[in-house]
Amino acid sequence: MTEALMREPSPGGRFGPYGGRFVPESLVPACIELEEAWAEAWAEPAFRRRLDELLSRYVGRPTPLTDCPRLSGVLGVEVSLKREDLTHTGSHKINNVLGQALLAERMGKRRLIAETGAGQHGVATATAAALLGLECVVFMGEVDVARQALNVFRMELLGARVVPVTSGSRTLKDAVNEALRDWVATVETTHYCIGTVMGPHPYPYLVRQLQRVVGDEARAQYLERHGRDPEVVVACIGGGSNAAGTFAGFVDTDAQLVGVEAAGGAAIGNGIPGVVHGMRSRFLQDEAGQVLEAESISAGLDYPGIGPEHAFLAEAGRARYPSVADGEVIEAFRLLAEHEGIIPALEPAHALAWVARAARSGELAAGTRVLVTLSGRGDKDVAQVKEMLS
Amino acid sequence: MTVDVPARPEAQGRLEAALRAARAAGRKLLVPYVTGGLGDDWVDVLRACADAGADAVEVGIPFSDPVMDGPTIQAASQRALEAGTTPRSVLAGIAESAVDVPVAVMTYYNLVERAGTRRMAEELARSGVAGAILPDLPLEEAGAWAADADAAGVETVLLAAPTTPPARLERLCGRSRGFLYAIGLLGVTGERDALAASALEMARRCKAVTDLPVLVGVGVSDADQARAVCAVADGVIVGSALVRRLLGGEGPAGAARFVGELRAALDAAGTA
Ligand SMILES: Cc1ncc(COP(=O)(O)O)c(C=O)c1O
Repeated sequence: MTEALMREPSPGGRFGPYGGRFVPESLVPACIELEEAWAEAWAEPAFRRRLDELLSRYVGRPTPLTDCPRLSGVLGVEVSLKREDLTHTGSHKINNVLGQALLAERMGKRRLIAETGAGQHGVATATAAALLGLECVVFMGEVDVARQALNVFRMELLGARVVPVTSGSRTLKDAVNEALRDWVATVETTHYCIGTVMGPHPYPYLVRQLQRVVGDEARAQYLERHGRDPEVVVACIGGGSNAAGTFAGFVDTDAQLVGVEAAGGAAIGNGIPGVVHGMRSRFLQDEAGQVLEAESISAGLDYPGIGPEHAFLAEAGRARYPSVADGEVIEAFRLLAEHEGIIPALEPAHALAWVARAARSGELAAGTRVLVTLSGRGDKDVAQVKEMLS
Repeated sequence: MTVDVPARPEAQGRLEAALRAARAAGRKLLVPYVTGGLGDDWVDVLRACADAGADAVEVGIPFSDPVMDGPTIQAASQRALEAGTTPRSVLAGIAESAVDVPVAVMTYYNLVERAGTRRMAEELARSGVAGAILPDLPLEEAGAWAADADAAGVETVLLAAPTTPPARLERLCGRSRGFLYAIGLLGVTGERDALAASALEMARRCKAVTDLPVLVGVGVSDADQARAVCAVADGVIVGSALVRRLLGGEGPAGAARFVGELRAALDAAGTA
C-alpha cells in the first residue's frame, strides 16, 4: 500500500483528490512550460550533476545527522537530527531554490520572484539569484517584515528587492497572493520560485523532488550508523516542503511519519478541502469559503493551507499531522539549546515540541528511535524569543 | 479524479442571446463590473448600471484572496467582506434588483467548491443569475463545475489571455458560453493610463476564431479606451474605473453618470 505513495502525481498533478492547477488562464501556459522543462531537466544527467555540484560545493551537502544523547536522556526517546540548519543560508529552503533557479535559467527567465514568511525562502532565493546573476524580487507580509527584520536586511544585502505586502492579514498568505499577481503580469520573463510544496502543478511535485535529498541522505546516514531505520520521522509543516522531502526518503519504510503544524495554522487538523493558491488542498476557511488567517509565533508556519500531497498522505493514513501550541514551542527551543548546544529556528522547534510532548505522555514508548528534521537555525528568531522571554 | 469538460450545450443561454441580439442590432456591448456588497446601496448601483445602458452587468462576489485583482477591486472586496457580505447576501441582492439585463457573477472557485458545484449552480439560477466568470478555474479544471452549471442553465464564461496559444484559444472559444472574455493585457485588474497594445491584438485574435461575442476586459479604464478597443472587439468590461468611483462614495448617481458616458462613447463609435 505504501508503495504507490510519493511517486509521480497522476496527470493534471493530482495526489488523490488533491493538487491540480487552478490558476488564471494567463498562467496556464507558463505552468505547462515549467512542467515540461522540469521533466526534461530532472531526467538529464548534466542538469542533475550541476545541481549536485552546487549542493555539495556551495550549500555544504550532505548535511550531518546528529545524535542527541543529552536531549535523549531528558526525554527518554532516542533523538537524531537531520541538520538542515547547517546548510548555506541556514535552512532547507536552499535545496529547492537552487533547483528552481537552474530551471529558470534553462527556460530563459532572468527574473525570480518569491514569497516569504520567515524570510528563509526569500534569503535562499536572493542567494541563488546573486549566484546566477538573476534579478530577484521578494514579497513579504508587512507583519513579517517587522518580525524578521534581520532577514529583510540579508535579502537586501544580496541584491534583492523586498516588497512589503499590506493587503489582508499581511503575512505569508498575502505574500503568495501578491507574488501571483506579479507573475500574472510578468510571466513571460519571470519565474515564480515557490518556496514550499504548494501551488499549481508541477510545483508541489517539483519542490518535493528537490527536497527529497533531505530524506534520502537521512535514511542512508541513519541506516549506516544505527543499522536500521528510525521508528518515527518528524518534521514541521508550514506548506510542508521540509516534511515532504524528509517523508519521501522514508515513505517505503515502516517508520511512522509525523508532520507537526502550528496550532494556529493547523490545515490538516482544522482545515477543510478547498481550492486556493492554485491547488485543491485543505485550508482554514469559514463556512462561505473565505480563507482565514493563520496565527503562530513562527512566521514560517503562518499559512492557512498545506501542500496537497500532505492532505493526501493524511487521508491515506500514511502520515499524521498533530499540532503544538506556541508555549510548547518556546520550551522545546530552549530545551535543544540547553541540552545540545543547537539553537533551532522556531519552525523545527515545533517538531521538537511534539516529540517532547509525545515522549512525556508515553505516546512514544521509552527508547523509541526518532528522527527529526531540523529544518533551520534559530539566528533569525533570537531577537523575537528574547522579547517573548523578557 | 478530474472530470472531463462536457461539450458546450447546443442551446444558447440568456446572456449569450442578449449579447448576440444587441450586437446584431449594431450596438457595441458594455458590461460594467460592480463588487457585490460594496456599500449599502450596491443593489441600486446595479440598477443604475442597467438603466444607464449596460448590456449586462458583472457582479463580483467578494473573496478573501482575489489573485486576479489589483488594488482597487481588492479594496472593494475587503470593504464588502468587512461589512458582512457573503455569497448568499450578494445573490439575494441580485434577485432583489430585478434588473432586466442579464447578470453574470464573477468570483473565485473556492467559494463554489465550498458551497458545492451543484448547489452553487442552482442557487445562481434561482437568484436570476445568467452567467458565471471564475478566473482561477481554467478549462482543464472546469469539468465538474461546467456540468452542474450547464444543467442549471448558468453560462460559464471562459477567459482567454495574451499568453494563450492559438490551439488552446480555439478550445476556449469552443467551450465558452455567454461570451468570450478576452483579457486585454498581461496583468491583474486595475486602471491603466493608456490602452495596452495587447488589447486590440487580443480582440483581433479572438474575433478571428469565434463567432461568440468577444468582450475585452482588464485595463479598459475610460470612454476613450473603450471606444478604441471596440474598433475590433464586440464590447468591453469596465471594472476598476467604476469601482474606484464607488469606493470614493459616488454611489448610484456616480455609477449612472460613468456608465452613461461609456454608453455614449460606444454608441458614437458603433454603427447604430
Ligand atoms: C526553517 C524553516 N523550517 C520550515 C519552514 C516551513 O516551510 P516548509 O513547511 O515548506 O518546510 C520554514 C519557512 O519559512 C523555515 O524557515
